[in-house]
Amino acid sequence: MTVLLDVDHVSKFFPVGSGPNQLARLKRRLSGGAEKLPKVYAVDNVSLVINKGETVGLVGESGCGKSTLVRALTRLIDVSGGSIKLGGRELALKPARVFARDRDRARIQMVFQDAGDSINPRFTAFDAIADPLRRLRNIRGKTLKERVEAVAGQCGLPSVLLSRFPHQLSGGQRARVGIARAIATEPDLLVLDEPTAALDVSVQAVILQLLQRLRRELGMSYLFVSHDLSLVRLLCDHVMVMYLGKIVESGPARAVFERPWHPYTQALVAAVPRFAGAAAERLRLRGEPRSPIDPDPNVCRFYGRCPIGASDCKTKAPVLRRIGCRHVACHFAEEFVVQRVGPVHAAQANRQI
Amino acid sequence: MTASSVLCVEGLSVEFRTRSGRVRALDNVTFNVRKGETIALVGESGSGKSVSAYAIMGILDPAGRVTNGQAMFGEIDLLAASPKRLAAVRGRQISMIFQNPRTALNPIRPVGRQIADVLVRHGRVPAREAPQQAVEMLRAVGISDPARRASGYPFEMSGGMCQRVMIAIALAAKPSLLIADEPTTGLDVTTQAVIMDLIADFATQRGMATIFITHDLALASQRATRIVVMHAGHVVENAPTLDLCTQPRHPYTAELVAATPDSAANLDDLAAIPGSLPDLRRTDLPPCRYSERCPRKTELCSQSLPLTSVGPEHIVACWNPLPVHAPLKLAIGAS
Repeated sequence: MTVLLDVDHVSKFFPVGSGPNQLARLKRRLSGGAEKLPKVYAVDNVSLVINKGETVGLVGESGCGKSTLVRALTRLIDVSGGSIKLGGRELALKPARVFARDRDRARIQMVFQDAGDSINPRFTAFDAIADPLRRLRNIRGKTLKERVEAVAGQCGLPSVLLSRFPHQLSGGQRARVGIARAIATEPDLLVLDEPTAALDVSVQAVILQLLQRLRRELGMSYLFVSHDLSLVRLLCDHVMVMYLGKIVESGPARAVFERPWHPYTQALVAAVPRFAGAAAERLRLRGEPRSPIDPDPNVCRFYGRCPIGASDCKTKAPVLRRIGCRHVACHFAEEFVVQRVGPVHAAQANRQI
Repeated sequence: MTASSVLCVEGLSVEFRTRSGRVRALDNVTFNVRKGETIALVGESGSGKSVSAYAIMGILDPAGRVTNGQAMFGEIDLLAASPKRLAAVRGRQISMIFQNPRTALNPIRPVGRQIADVLVRHGRVPAREAPQQAVEMLRAVGISDPARRASGYPFEMSGGMCQRVMIAIALAAKPSLLIADEPTTGLDVTTQAVIMDLIADFATQRGMATIFITHDLALASQRATRIVVMHAGHVVENAPTLDLCTQPRHPYTAELVAATPDSAANLDDLAAIPGSLPDLRRTDLPPCRYSERCPRKTELCSQSLPLTSVGPEHIVACWNPLPVHAPLKLAIGAS
């Protein structure tokens, strides 16, 4: 498989401006002293690879940095460090404002969370889909009309609806407009940020199946961001679990959900409501996540909520290690490998490296 | 009404007057809740789940009007009771947890004071002792450092903590019935599990009955002993959880089960429900509001709506329910 997107050690920090000692800080700045603002480590040294035609899922709780990561990858915001390569071309160094007019802008497109909020209310469905074609592909007139209608058709949007405004469309139709707009420029990578979160379960299946059909037809890669693990399981080949700015586990989607190794993934999987009362493990997380502001680099991010929480965890932060075909960031991952799949399978998994 | 029922809703109908006509939001909604039992109201958005709860609590929007039915809570008909009578029941014997804790809490009052208010008003606690008891309530819902948190404001807390505060307020007066309206929507799955555990623990400790409103059938199946499925203001099926999930009789319930992601082994098995909810302003609504979407429609469907008992405590509003051993693709747990 060829690599489409190669993300290497990407970080995004946000300085935290206000605080109780703002006056003191102002004084220091006026007197010429260098000052270091505290920072939120929204995305901290994340590396990932998306192959051509692959669907990668990104899961994690709210505030873990998945949206920031996605916005950095789609080059809507600038990164604090690291490299983002699309088909070998470095994109991270270009400022986001310049990238908006870049030739590769059309190759990474995004489907936003709530189509009702992300479509200009004063644009008709036609305009919404035509906008990226006009701006990025410079298509005009008759060709534009044909292209928009073709894309709308691909997304199951009848052309009579194209003259309507977002408020005149149903939730499912709006979702289709959002998808049509994103695929209009024939991107190689489509980033989907909870595309079905605003939809009812009755419509959800149609939209997911539409997405899967489009991917097969157009050969796109997907990065699918969701907190709904049962959807990620259905749609994705590969999954990454994020916790407080770091990837804690990644691997083939089915394997990760069937036998999660990282304690956070285990809690996440145990928390998914299973249908018809299939017995669920009662593995629950205590307390709240640690603060993402200037986290101690020597403490595991999950320490304090983790059911293991050994003394090692607060003196040495675990790195993302390769175990079999997965990556896990936990000192004790091997114990789960052995305990959960048995030593024989663990040995087999190790041979695959 | 059986002796063990806490709440018995019968024939509840609600209308909303709007500029574009009357919206018949609820029509003949009937269900009951037994002592200590957890039931779930499940349906798509617009199916009337929340309106049912609001009607029972007497907090319908001024445009809404109860046109028919009764809701017997003990000896009191909640739908006919005077506002004064209702005020004595609400918050004390029946309380509610709302969907978005951040907007339901008072943003400019410390959370401890908000709990103390309820204790003084409904819990018969002297005003002097209320702040201390409020701290105890915060501790009981699992908030760490409750004494400090009691003087905090909702904006200083995460969504999960706000929901814990909501639960503390709702349970402060030890109600015998709790209505939880999508209590975990907008929360993470890990937090959802903890909050649902918390509600369930209180329910068992205190023998409290719970009406749990959700759109997530998988979550309902895990938490409720009985599920009431609603569609366009009608109760279409009311059955014990396991029967409903493995042996749904109403075509809509079956579609809903097939559309639940956890029930599917892969994406192609995931079914969508064709059509959409009918416009409830229509004057020519068919007796069965699902009939226009229904694959099993018969001639009878446009004449009247039956309420058929198809098993012990299993009621279906359908002329042509699915046969008992309909092969239902179900990969429970899937792993």
